Amino acid sequence: MGPAWLDCINDPVGSLVAAMVLLAFSGVPGLLIRQPGGGQRFAVIVTLVATLLGSAGAVRILAGAGGSRYLVAWPLPFDRCELAADHLSALFLLPLLLVTACCALYGRAYLPAEQHPATEKRVTLFLGLLSASMALVLLARNGVLLLLAWELMALSSWMLLATNLRDRQVQRAGTVYLLATHTGTMVLYLFFSLLQTRTGSFLFPVEHSISSQGGIAVIMLLAALIGFGAKAGIMPLHIWLPGAHANAPSHVSALMSGIMLKVGLYGILRAVSFFQAVPLWFGWLVLVLGGGSAVAGIALASSQRDLKRLLACSSIENIGIIVLGLGIAFVGMASTNQLLIVFGLIGAFLHLVNHALFKPLLFLGSGVIIHATGTRQIDQMGGLSRPLPRTSLLFLAGSLAICGLPPFNGFVGELFLYLAAFQEGMHAPLPFMAFTAPLLALVGGIAVITFVKLYGLLFLGAPRTPEAAHGHEAPAAMLVPMAVLAGFCLLGGLAAPLLARLVMPVVSTYSGLGQTLVMGLVAPVPLRTVSIMNGLLLGGILLIWLIWHQLVSHRPVVSADTWGCGFLAPTARMQYTGSAFAELSGSIFNTSAIPSVRLAALQPLFAAPSLFCPALTERILDRLLLPVMTGVDWCFSWLRRMQNGHLYLYMLYIFVTLFALMVWSYI
Amino acid sequence: MITFADQLLVLVMLINFIMLGTSRLAFAIRAVAVQGVVLGIIPGLLHQFSGHLLMITASIILAKGVVIPWMINDAVRKAQIRREVEPFIDYVPTLLLGAVFTALAFVFAQRLPLAPEHRELLFVPASIATLMTGFLILTTRRKAISQVIGYLVLENGIFIFGLLLTDAMPFMVEAGALLDLLVGIFVMGIVINHINREFSSVDTSRLQALREE
Repeated sequence: MGPAWLDCINDPVGSLVAAMVLLAFSGVPGLLIRQPGGGQRFAVIVTLVATLLGSAGAVRILAGAGGSRYLVAWPLPFDRCELAADHLSALFLLPLLLVTACCALYGRAYLPAEQHPATEKRVTLFLGLLSASMALVLLARNGVLLLLAWELMALSSWMLLATNLRDRQVQRAGTVYLLATHTGTMVLYLFFSLLQTRTGSFLFPVEHSISSQGGIAVIMLLAALIGFGAKAGIMPLHIWLPGAHANAPSHVSALMSGIMLKVGLYGILRAVSFFQAVPLWFGWLVLVLGGGSAVAGIALASSQRDLKRLLACSSIENIGIIVLGLGIAFVGMASTNQLLIVFGLIGAFLHLVNHALFKPLLFLGSGVIIHATGTRQIDQMGGLSRPLPRTSLLFLAGSLAICGLPPFNGFVGELFLYLAAFQEGMHAPLPFMAFTAPLLALVGGIAVITFVKLYGLLFLGAPRTPEAAHGHEAPAAMLVPMAVLAGFCLLGGLAAPLLARLVMPVVSTYSGLGQTLVMGLVAPVPLRTVSIMNGLLLGGILLIWLIWHQLVSHRPVVSADTWGCGFLAPTARMQYTGSAFAELSGSIFNTSAIPSVRLAALQPLFAAPSLFCPALTERILDRLLLPVMTGVDWCFSWLRRMQNGHLYLYMLYIFVTLFALMVWSYI
Repeated sequence: MITFADQLLVLVMLINFIMLGTSRLAFAIRAVAVQGVVLGIIPGLLHQFSGHLLMITASIILAKGVVIPWMINDAVRKAQIRREVEPFIDYVPTLLLGAVFTALAFVFAQRLPLAPEHRELLFVPASIATLMTGFLILTTRRKAISQVIGYLVLENGIFIFGLLLTDAMPFMVEAGALLDLLVGIFVMGIVINHINREFSSVDTSRLQALREE
């Protein structure tokens, strides 16, 4: 037995708690260090230490080590303040720690203190607080503690989002985010209050202990779905998401998209685990919401022209796929179909881990591109693979992974969802669920179109603006985190059985099915073959590239413009634009975001110069919510008369209130 | 001794009416000073004599009866305020309202879940009536100075209630409240000065120019 802190670190949960505390305070010394950059360097080192410490704990929990429960002495009257970690928490904590470390290191080069003395301290402080509060959400075993951490998470991410508050777009995105997140939190208050009335305590109840019969249970399930789902960005609760992710600094977007959305999903999973049985309607509701988010999200993404907004919309799609998997599992739980439970959960968990790897990779890559070109507009870039060769390779890896193409990890996760859908289609009497397979295929197809468009417009062709031509490659501190994430993406594809092994214990504990049963169900899936084929594919690609390189390197290379059908003065702006490339998929699938097109009428002969300007609207926000809010504002405008500036009338309000209370007690 | 304290409380309530009915600022200030002195005497009647008690009583009388009224008088002189109260509602209606509220205070005090030994005393109705008077002054008088007087009366009402609440003397609490009040008076003094300088008048209804449109 060593000293107390050593015992604490030896315990897996203890090491996670220690990592959380380290993360929370990582930015504090920076506030006191005068010399620019000192605090930032310190925070990076502390974050790396916390990541190593915490990941060791999370891996040990996933491997089956039981952890202790930690009680924090707090003076609040809301039962015990309990911290613990089980398989489910560990599954979310592992990518959380990894991505936090990558983002912290990346942030050192992305927003160096030497050039951004005004914002750096704030970003460093709140980046640590954000990751610590997310870890606290995952570790909390008390409803009030979870809500506290939830609020801390919302506010610190807002502080990060509002780094560049002078910008009007940032102001708007920040306001929408703040409103959306607090609406969600309000619903969570309802959930946890109802939970308290059911169990008599704010502590989390034992798993599967609450009856799912009756109206209260229905309200609780819906409240959890809405409250946590608003954070996860499930359609139609996604209104805050594109703006927030697009306007935050890139490494913050990476953390928000990669991890914070998942914390919302964790909440749904945790809330559902309290109930004895999942109602069938809830499973189908989740499934339909997931499918809808996936299709609408990727359709929205395909027509975006802002690089980060596109990635943000693609997050909605990926969250949709994960939620679809959860829906399959919940339907399976309601109808005691073990195969659906296991395959749905494995698919969802794998995609969750995968998305936490490749989406931060893409967002970090977008930060490099924005640094190099100074814009987020896809249509002003092009030809970036020459000035940014390494970034282009890493971005390609991320794009392939997010489309679910081999040899990367994205393929493995979606495979399980397809298998669940096919299996159900062959055996069920009414195979509604089989429709998820074509749905997933559709989503995958549009995702490929979207990312071909994105990669092609960014990196291939000729530079459309001088800025794009003179970009510069990122420093190592930005490339290393991206390379680490890309490495994990590739590893997940090449070692598919290992990836499945990571999530199987979580599936078995969450579903309550035995480890051997889960193993038995998964055994027929040819994961080994998948990884061998992935390896062969990668080897083949590398071989062909080597041969091609050998052939080309001996010949003279001539670069010339594309043949312009005889047009004599082609410019780089005449290349395909993003809108043109995505026009087909955009026009077919855009139900939620039809771009409003302003087009000048063409004259019959000798047409004058005319303007074509597609402007994207956020349909739900702009067309539905804002008019409703304006109406509400109008309805309550008479209340504004109460604030009339007369001091004595304010006194009168207090007086009347006091008097009414007195009379009320009299009655 | 208790009956004597009750009679003093009746006096306090009468002073309330004086403050509501008078049209002269100086007279209202003097009335609040007298009320403060009377309230300062009451704890001395209720409790066993001790040096500590003497000190506290003396300091209450000094603060409520001398220092604060003197400061208000000083503010009136410095800000060159006209020596009239300028109410929104005229004196007779306010007096009537004061009477109604005092009656209601008695009715209400009957319904409060009090300890049996407090039931027969005048402390609760006097306290509520004084509170109400304070509010009435705050809401119906236009000048910042009258508002300060309103706050003072309000505080006196709370003080009477405080006398009742604990057998052990709540003087530390009361001392804290007095300190609050002093700070409040200072702030008000500064505010009055600024209102005066800004609008060349101390009419608080001019403050509505500051509201958000």
